[in-house]
Amino acid sequence: MKYVSEYRDRAAAEEYAERIRQLVSREWTIMEVCGGQTHSILKYGIDQLLPEKVSLIHGPGCPVCVTPIELIDQAIEIAGKKDVILCSFGDMLRVPGSVQDLIGVRASGHDVRIVYSPIDAVKIAAQNPMKQVVFFGVGFETTAPVTAAAIIQAAHLDLNNFYMLVSHVLVPPAIKAVLSSPGCRVQGFLAAGHVCSIMGYIEYEPIAKKYNVPIVVTGFEPLDILEGIHMCLKQLEEGKAEVSNQYMRSVRRSGNPEAIEMMREVFEVTDRKWRGIGAIPESGLGLKKKYMKFDAAERFGVSEHSVEESGDCISGQVLTGEKKPDECPAFGGKCTPEHPLGALMVSSEGACAAYYRYRYRLTRSNR
Amino acid sequence: MISAESCPIPISDYPEVTMAHGGGGKLMHDLISRMMYRVFSNPILDAQHDGAILKIDGGRLAFATDSHVITPLFFPGGDIGYLSIYGTVNDLAMCGAKPEWLSASFILEEGLPMETLWRVVQSMGEAAKRTGVAIVTGDTKVVDRGKGDGIYINTAGVGVVPDGVEISPSRVREGDAVILSGDIGRHGIAIMAIREGIDFQTVIQSDLAPLDGIVSELLEADLDIHCLRDLTRGGLSSGLNEIASAGKVSINIKENLIPVREDVLGACEILGFDPLYVANEGRFVAILPSENAEKALDILHKHEDGRQAIIIGHVTEAQYANVIMESSIGAERIVDMMSGEQLPRIC
Repeated sequence: MKYVSEYRDRAAAEEYAERIRQLVSREWTIMEVCGGQTHSILKYGIDQLLPEKVSLIHGPGCPVCVTPIELIDQAIEIAGKKDVILCSFGDMLRVPGSVQDLIGVRASGHDVRIVYSPIDAVKIAAQNPMKQVVFFGVGFETTAPVTAAAIIQAAHLDLNNFYMLVSHVLVPPAIKAVLSSPGCRVQGFLAAGHVCSIMGYIEYEPIAKKYNVPIVVTGFEPLDILEGIHMCLKQLEEGKAEVSNQYMRSVRRSGNPEAIEMMREVFEVTDRKWRGIGAIPESGLGLKKKYMKFDAAERFGVSEHSVEESGDCISGQVLTGEKKPDECPAFGGKCTPEHPLGALMVSSEGACAAYYRYRYRLTRSNR
Repeated sequence: MISAESCPIPISDYPEVTMAHGGGGKLMHDLISRMMYRVFSNPILDAQHDGAILKIDGGRLAFATDSHVITPLFFPGGDIGYLSIYGTVNDLAMCGAKPEWLSASFILEEGLPMETLWRVVQSMGEAAKRTGVAIVTGDTKVVDRGKGDGIYINTAGVGVVPDGVEISPSRVREGDAVILSGDIGRHGIAIMAIREGIDFQTVIQSDLAPLDGIVSELLEADLDIHCLRDLTRGGLSSGLNEIASAGKVSINIKENLIPVREDVLGACEILGFDPLYVANEGRFVAILPSENAEKALDILHKHEDGRQAIIIGHVTEAQYANVIMESSIGAERIVDMMSGEQLPRIC
C-alpha cells in the first residue's frame, strides 16, 4: 500500500538496524514521546532489532492515558444526565473513572456515542435540537484544530445545545517536565510526527538548546522510527543537540498555519493536570472567554473533586520513563486490559496495554 | 442448587452487559466460560467446538446455532438473510459435517416494511438452495417498535458427519500446517464503512460466503484434516487463539504471509484497527499434517473463495503464548485474543 507497505519492508529495516549497530559506541537512552510510536515499536518488535546499548523509554504521549480521572468522572456524570448525548473518540469509552467507565454508562441506558470527528458531534447537535450534545474533547495538538473547528462551526450555526468538555494537552511542556524530573535518564527524543505536522517544530528548538538534547521529529511506521532513532543516535554520538526532521513527507518547520490559527482563535493555554504525572504549568488548552458558552463543565455544573488513584498502579513512573510496564507488580495480574487499574492499560497506545498485548509471557499455570 | 450460587462474574467487573460481551474477544469468552459452561457443562458442550457432535446409532450428527443481529440489514456483498443461513451452514461445515436441515426464527420489530422482510426471506431461500439445506421449522415473533433492530434471525442447523471424519482442536499436532483460506478483514470493514458513514472511495464488499462446498472437497480428498475454524467476530486472532488454547499447543505465523487487501488495510490504518481482529464471514483456517498441505492448497485454489489460500504458519508445542507472529520487519510478537471490542482510536 502506498506510504504504508514500503515503510514496513523487512530488508530495509534490517539495513537500518545494521547502520545503527555500526554507529553506536556506548549506551544511550532515547524517549519516544508519542503513544502511537510506542504502539508501533512493540507491535513490530522494533526494539528487538536494536543493539543492547540503545534503550527506548516510552513517553507520556497517549492522550487517553493522561486525561485526569476527575475529568473522566465529570464526563460520566454529564453522560448520566437526562437528555444528554455524550460523544467521544472510541478509546475514551473504556477508560476507567473512579467508579465506572463510559461503556458502563452506555450499558445502563444513557446515550454515549463514538464519533470519528468532533464535527460529527456538531451534526448530531444540529439534528437533535431537543437534546444537549456534549463532545468530550481530548488529545494533543493533533486533534485540537478539529476540536476548534467544531466550536467555530457550532458558533456559526448558533447552536445552543452543543457543549464541549475540553482536556487538550500540549507536547513541549511534557517534554520539559520529563527533562526537569530528578530521575531523568533521557538523552534524546523522538518527537511525535503528527503533532508536528500541525505545530511544526520551531517550539522544540529552544528545548533542544536549553536541555542539550537532540530531538528528532519522527513518523510512525517501522522504518520511520528506525530512521528517527538513527538520526537521534548520530547526533548523540557526534555530541550535537539539534531539532531534525525525519518525517519530511508530512512536517514543515512552521507546521500548518491555518490549523494553528484555528486553535488560537478558540483556545488559550492553561495549566493542566496530567493523570499519573500531576499538574504541569501551561500544558493544556482551554476555551477562550468568547466561547465559554460551549463549556460543558460550566453548563452542567459538574462537581469538582479529587480522586485518590489505585496505589497498586505505577503509571506515573512509567509515563516519565522511570519504570517499564512489566516492572509493575500489578502488571498482568491485578491489572489487565479487561480490568485496567490505570489508563496506560486501556488505550491501545498506552505503554502497559502495548506490553501486555504484544509481550506478555503467559506462564504454564495461567494458560 | 444453582440459584443459591452467587453470580460467577463479580459485580465489580461489569454490573451490566456491555457491547464488548458480544464482541468475540476475551470478555465474551470469560462470560461464556464463567456462566454458560459452568452451568450447562456436559461432555458434548465441553468440547468447545463450533457446533456439537451428537452420536446417534450408527452415525454422528453435528448441531449448531447462530443469531444474527446485524445493522445494516443490507450491505455490500450480502444481507442478513444470506448471513443467517451461511453462518450456521459454516459452523456445521467446520465440524466436518454436511449441512442438511435448518430452523429459522424471526424476531421482527413493529413497523418493519413488508418489502424489507420479503427481500430477506428471499435471500434466505436463495442461500438455502445454494447450499442444499432445507429450512424445516421456524418461529416468528414481533416486538414493539423501538425494541428491536428491524429483524433479528436465529438459525439452528443439523448436519451429518461422514464416517472417518474427526475434526477437533484436540487433534492438532506439533508440525501441522496452518492454512488460511483467503484475505482477511473484508466483512468487518464493509459493515463499519456503512454503519459509520465512512466513504473509503472504493466500496469494500463483505467476504460472506458458504464454506460447505469447499470444506467437503477437502474432506473427500482424505487429507487427515485435524481442525477447521471459520473466522467470524474476533477475526483470525480469536480463531487461532481458540484452537491453540483448546488443543494445548502454540501456533506460529508470519505477518507477511497473511493476505489483506489494500483497501481493507487502508481502512484499518484510518480507524486504528488491526486486520487480525476484524470480522470475516467467508474465511476459515484448516490445520492438517504438513505433508498434505500442498494438496489442500491445490483444492482450495480452484474455488472462488479459496483462490488466495496460503500456509501462514505451523503448529508447535505449547510455548509462552498461544499465537506468536513474526512481524513484517522480522521481529517477534504475541497475537493476543482481542480484549473487548475494537474501538476506533483518537489519532
